[in-house]
Amino acid sequence: MKTAMELNNRYNDDKVNDACGLFGMMDLSGRRFGAEEPVKAIANMHERSNGLGGGFAAYGIYPEFRNDYALHVMYLNQESKEKSEAIISNNFDVLRSEKIPVDYSAHVIRPPLMWRYFVHPKQNLLSTLTSDDFVVEQVMRINMETCGAYVFSSGKNMGVFKGVGFPEDIAAFFRLNDYEGYMWICHGRFPTNTPGWWGGAHPFNILDWTVVHNGELSSYGINRRYLEMFNYNCTMQTDTEVLAYTLDLLRRKQGIPLSVVTKILAPPLWEEIADMNPTQKRLYTTLRMSYGSLLMNGPFSIIAAHQGEMMGLTDRIKLRPLTAATLDNMLFLSSEESAIRLVAPVLDRVWSPLGGEPVVGRLKSDTERIEVIAH
Amino acid sequence: MKSFLESEFTVVRDEERCIRCKVCVNQCAYETHCYDAEDDRILSKDENCVNCHRCVIFCPTHAIRIEQNVTGYTQNSNWSREAIVALKKQAEYGGILITGMGCDKPNFTYWDRLLLDASQVTNPSIDPLREPMEIKTFLGSKPDRIELEEVDDDVVLQTKLSPQLVCEAPILFSALSYGAVSFNVHTALAKAATEFGTYMNTGEGGLDERLYKYGDHIIVQVASGRFGVHPGYLDVGAAVEIKIGQGAKPGIGGHLPGEKVTEDISRTRMIPVGTDALSPAPQHDIYSIEDLRQLIYALKEATDYTKPISVKIAAVHNSAAIASGMVRAGADIIAIDGVRGATGSAPKVIRDNVGIPIELALASVDQRLRDEGIRNHASVIVAGGIKSSADVIKAIALGADAVYVGTAALVAMGCTLCQKCHTGKCPWGIATSDPWLTKRLNPDIATRRLTNLLRAWSLEIKEMMGGMGINAVESLRGNRMRLRGVGLTDTELKILGVKMAGD
Repeated sequence: MKTAMELNNRYNDDKVNDACGLFGMMDLSGRRFGAEEPVKAIANMHERSNGLGGGFAAYGIYPEFRNDYALHVMYLNQESKEKSEAIISNNFDVLRSEKIPVDYSAHVIRPPLMWRYFVHPKQNLLSTLTSDDFVVEQVMRINMETCGAYVFSSGKNMGVFKGVGFPEDIAAFFRLNDYEGYMWICHGRFPTNTPGWWGGAHPFNILDWTVVHNGELSSYGINRRYLEMFNYNCTMQTDTEVLAYTLDLLRRKQGIPLSVVTKILAPPLWEEIADMNPTQKRLYTTLRMSYGSLLMNGPFSIIAAHQGEMMGLTDRIKLRPLTAATLDNMLFLSSEESAIRLVAPVLDRVWSPLGGEPVVGRLKSDTERIEVIAH
Repeated sequence: MKSFLESEFTVVRDEERCIRCKVCVNQCAYETHCYDAEDDRILSKDENCVNCHRCVIFCPTHAIRIEQNVTGYTQNSNWSREAIVALKKQAEYGGILITGMGCDKPNFTYWDRLLLDASQVTNPSIDPLREPMEIKTFLGSKPDRIELEEVDDDVVLQTKLSPQLVCEAPILFSALSYGAVSFNVHTALAKAATEFGTYMNTGEGGLDERLYKYGDHIIVQVASGRFGVHPGYLDVGAAVEIKIGQGAKPGIGGHLPGEKVTEDISRTRMIPVGTDALSPAPQHDIYSIEDLRQLIYALKEATDYTKPISVKIAAVHNSAAIASGMVRAGADIIAIDGVRGATGSAPKVIRDNVGIPIELALASVDQRLRDEGIRNHASVIVAGGIKSSADVIKAIALGADAVYVGTAALVAMGCTLCQKCHTGKCPWGIATSDPWLTKRLNPDIATRRLTNLLRAWSLEIKEMMGGMGINAVESLRGNRMRLRGVGLTDTELKILGVKMAGD
């Protein structure tokens, strides 16, 4: 049986290349809403995908298990299910184990078996690890060791649903109309060198961090080698994976605020830094000197989200599109304005963020605003 | 003893073009040309000619051509002309054969078997004429993480970085010691480094006080002979480099002949006029890695932790393990000089046979430091045979932070690689301390030639980066995916960490 890496990158190219359509929608008041509008919006950007990948992340969908890790696992064979379940039951208390409800009449290609587990780590096994670190370790283990199982979602009160097909077909397959969340991240994929296997679709997720991405990182080789120094194994060989691990390292492990993280991924130019006041100059010079290997170079636009926060960002010379809009409590991020207009014809504000300028939306319980951090 | 050596070159003079101006006679430092007043013609002693091209360039009527002596020995693939000449020289002199510049043997260069990538369709290339292209480089230790404190809505930086060198391009001038090269050469290197925004390296012969004003762009070297090392010297430099070894002669010391030690050089090196300057093979206070740590910290203490400390080694078989030790010993920068690294003087047998190619050393050092999670703790500068901007960019993609160029800078100033630096008679006024010769090198013109070179390479580097869709050099550093190999074995590819072209 092939490993996830072999499945994802059949021809052993440097990495998996793809271009895409992105859409994100977040109600900053925390009100939960159904999949209808996000699905309609991403489906409208049909030409940005080619039927080889679509996916969604929805936040706030498992309120009854809000404090437990929800593991979504795809199994390519029965053997890997047995191996994975042994790992899961040995390391976690399992509160519920069930087949993810799916609709086999949906127009998708060779779906694997989809299963989900609501779990929390066995306390006596944690030793010095935090629960999050422990979960990451077990997820990596299942993905690397079981030859056919792939954990594609591992956060709390959120879930990723993805596979091979156009996004609207994936939504139908996973019966997304049965879920309600306060934030939906959507992706339609146009890969060029992967046969399209279900695990390779976006969003990419680790813990409650989710990334959807459009573009190709010219800096992938060094981004990856830098992350390897911090023990991240880039098994999927995608840019998206590199972005997700970078966010995990900087935001979760090193505690760097998201606004600063965006300035590591897409830093200001040296000539812009030269014009800053001395405090800012010192900060940005230090960031670039210390984290140069995490500069994401080349074209990208991303939507990254975790519990309570959604962020949109493009590379610093904006080689990929991103539009932002607001209407009342709703923040939209999209590759194309048309997709936003389809679900919300009248908007309070629509803008195209500058290259490298992040758009961050936070739940109002945290803060009372949509933040646009300028240079 | 009758010499059995033949002249290596033949001077061909076009008698019709020659106007008997005697420029060639005056320019040749080896007395190859002489004027015969009786016949009113210029004669040549071919056996003196070193093929330095001084007469060729300066002959106003282009009457001179230098040819390889066509009288070869009987064709023999095993006993080459080089081997036969070496044997005859040793039979006649009974000593070690000395030569100058870097190893001239084929097959040790990997740069030419590495090819760069470019963007097509899935990611756009970037036009450096329209978009910013950043090649500014910082050399020194970097932390694994920075500490920030969130105060109200602001973030306040808590981390203070250790001292760094700032280069406008990832290219520095390699160590060329005063004495081995002339004061004018040192002046030109210091001025060019200052004008362009990079650094020159003093080499092991100290720094003439007249050049202290360029100290912000000078790396001062501390080598085994400790020539010219005193508190003022350490204070004036932007960084201090401990020289353990040199690519041209790993494992051995140096010897500046007494006749090169003039008044100025004596003052700077702090040795009497006319005495030989002998650099011991090892530093006599460094017999182990913990001794190196002591010297690193002695220099950090002496400079009040205001300057990065570099340690330079020759690329040898276990460079990776040595480099790891150097980083753990506290080096902020490690400089590695490959088998093709040049010298003013070295035993030919050592120059051509000891050490390993810089490409392989760099690849294994960079990977080892990453495997051990300490790559951030020191910058890596590589040296030894960097001959073009393509070599620079390939070195960076393999994992170097910057490169040292020595020979390329000398060639920019006039050197033609005749490999006779050790004679002290450099007709281009570079590797000599003879005032009659040193005045041939005008430091202002040499400065312009050097800054032109740096500018040209920078433009070419930006052009290649743009083609790869990369607009900041840090995104290329260690990005081996943008390299492919041709004509390399699986083992070579594995060590270099690059794939075969087409794969």
